[in-house]
Amino acid sequence: MTAVPETLVGGSEEDRPRVLRSRESLQDRIYLGSVRATGLLVLAIVSSIGVFLGLQSIPTLRHYGFGFFTEYRWLPSQDIIGIAAVVVGTVQVALLALVVAFPLSLLTALFISDWAPARLRPTLIRLVDMMAAVPGIVFGLWVLFVIQPHATEVAHWISKHVGWFPLFHVRTDVDYPIWNQLPGYPSYAGSAFIAAVAVSMMIFPMATSVMREVFSEAPVNEKEAALALGATRWAMVRTVVLPFGRSGIVGGTMLALGRALGETISVVLVISQTFEIKGYVLESGTSTISSLIASSFKEASPAQLSALLTAGFVLFCMTLVVNSFAAVIVSRSRGRDVTDL
Amino acid sequence: MTQTATRRAPAHVRREPVTPASVPPAPRPPVPPVVEDVRRPSGRTREDLLSVVGAGVASLATTWLFYTRILPFDGSIGFVVLWYVVFVLFYAGLTALTQPRQVVVDRIVTTAVIAAPSLIALALASVVVMTVVKGLPALTHWNFYTEDMAGVRANDSFSRGGILHALVGTLIEVAIAVSIAMPLGVATAVYISEVGGRGAELVRTVVEAMTALPSIVAGLFIYTICLVYLGMPTSGLAAALALAVMALPIMARASYVVLGVVPGGLREASYALGAGKWQTVWRVVLPTARPGLATALILGIARAVGETAPVLLTSGASTYFNANPVQDPMNSLPLYIYAAVQTGNPQMEERAYAAAAVLLAVVLTLFVLARLVAGGRKSR
Repeated sequence: MTAVPETLVGGSEEDRPRVLRSRESLQDRIYLGSVRATGLLVLAIVSSIGVFLGLQSIPTLRHYGFGFFTEYRWLPSQDIIGIAAVVVGTVQVALLALVVAFPLSLLTALFISDWAPARLRPTLIRLVDMMAAVPGIVFGLWVLFVIQPHATEVAHWISKHVGWFPLFHVRTDVDYPIWNQLPGYPSYAGSAFIAAVAVSMMIFPMATSVMREVFSEAPVNEKEAALALGATRWAMVRTVVLPFGRSGIVGGTMLALGRALGETISVVLVISQTFEIKGYVLESGTSTISSLIASSFKEASPAQLSALLTAGFVLFCMTLVVNSFAAVIVSRSRGRDVTDL
Repeated sequence: MTQTATRRAPAHVRREPVTPASVPPAPRPPVPPVVEDVRRPSGRTREDLLSVVGAGVASLATTWLFYTRILPFDGSIGFVVLWYVVFVLFYAGLTALTQPRQVVVDRIVTTAVIAAPSLIALALASVVVMTVVKGLPALTHWNFYTEDMAGVRANDSFSRGGILHALVGTLIEVAIAVSIAMPLGVATAVYISEVGGRGAELVRTVVEAMTALPSIVAGLFIYTICLVYLGMPTSGLAAALALAVMALPIMARASYVVLGVVPGGLREASYALGAGKWQTVWRVVLPTARPGLATALILGIARAVGETAPVLLTSGASTYFNANPVQDPMNSLPLYIYAAVQTGNPQMEERAYAAAAVLLAVVLTLFVLARLVAGGRKSR
């Protein structure tokens, strides 16, 4: 829109667009004033949240010092409070959710944009959008009662056979006879891995729709050219669609990560809460910032409430950073020039 | 976020009408539009079909033999995973007999590209089926929709108690939240996209940043301000405020994306006819964007209906009917489900499933409604 033909740019200097000045009518002045006021009101409301959270974390940080970030225990009764464990847990769950959701959404986005028949495509897009509207608590229930019994079996199998790898280790006797255990492998239930399954269902639609949108903008000419040169569909996708959609893949993944960090209720339903920094993602017990807030806001004294607000502030900063990166990356993908034949 | 994703599609369609592959044909049966599509190299021969079927049968047989007879494994998930792996191996092997390497790779990738959405579809179907089937004992009782849980004990039969209080609570809370967030959101969107200027840029940046606000933090904010500092009781109003705070940035962003799609030519035509700014916005821009705004509104409602975290912190889970948002705790559907599951009582869990089925139905109805409204835009 801003592009001016070359021939005009170097032309006469006097040839400027006439600046129109008009006196605004009363109606317009009222309209402009009220819309501006509303905009600033919203600005005030919305930024007050960030400012409030930031202000609230000052007393906490003054009281606990830097230890607030390195202490992993959460023992309000002994005044030992720190968010190291919950931050690690939050990142763990979110990254694991990405590990589950990323391949699924990449493949699904490719399926919708390049494999599915054109007739089916709008329906599939609609289904993915619809999935985004499914409440988190429903996915939480589903994971708790449908997935968990199977997921613990899988977790048991993995830890039994690949348990030498630190990530998959579980501090229990893997060879303990099954008939002696409670049903459903209790030492594997409520782990970061199972919470991640619930979160991955929440972030899948978002990642998929961002990726699919960018994939569908891939230049048709180049796709046609690849096919005309005898490329198979995968070769076409690998050489045209994926390079074109790289920023969409990264951006969509990061947007999903931002969402995964803040996901609350499906995590709270699934996990059994422990405050411990550990790499054993298959082992029962983990905690995230949001689950910490949801589970301990009720009994919190004013000092602890401020600590919770600080934890919330940290969470908000994390999602903000991730989302801003994602927004920059996704918006960059849109401005790209397309080879036009 | 996904709201903007769905919203952006039409923007793209208008901007680049030359890429027909990305333009889904409008669903109008009588006049089939001329759609230019990427050529699909899918001439499938009998040999291709036979390799798929052959590989499928052979891999099933092999997997069954090894999995259940020879190797000491059990469990259905392992079986399916192994079957898939063996199928891919067989299929690749069969293809490699007659085709070059590129085709083999293409087919292996194709199996994965088809397997992933199938897995998701299966999961989604199982979500719906599970909630409905497990909730069926409670769903079939009429009193489930007409009674509250006052005085109902966990082990009482399904002919007592219901979710009326939660349904009404959800309705009231979401109505209040949306009637706060929507006007503010649309006005902000108008400010950003129609008025502009440096202030608008600042508002846009902050609003965009605030869409990253996790819902639980929005809930905690309202909990601290209203319940702890201002001493409000746990009430529907507090929950509505929390939902509004959560939904405001989302709705504002969705709205200005919609307003940005309104063609500039319409505005210029309006100015050229001598209309003022207000007249242009009120008579031209907003009516043009109405279907899009309605979609944004409905999707925002769907999101707010399903949010549990802000409600959990602010409204308090009552068991009795309460239609007064200012006083006394007010339950809502997500909170009802959460509380029912936390009891650990099997009977209550079934009620939770039934409530989840109702919640799912509400959300999906809203979604279909949004699609219908958005579909109206295309036919105009």
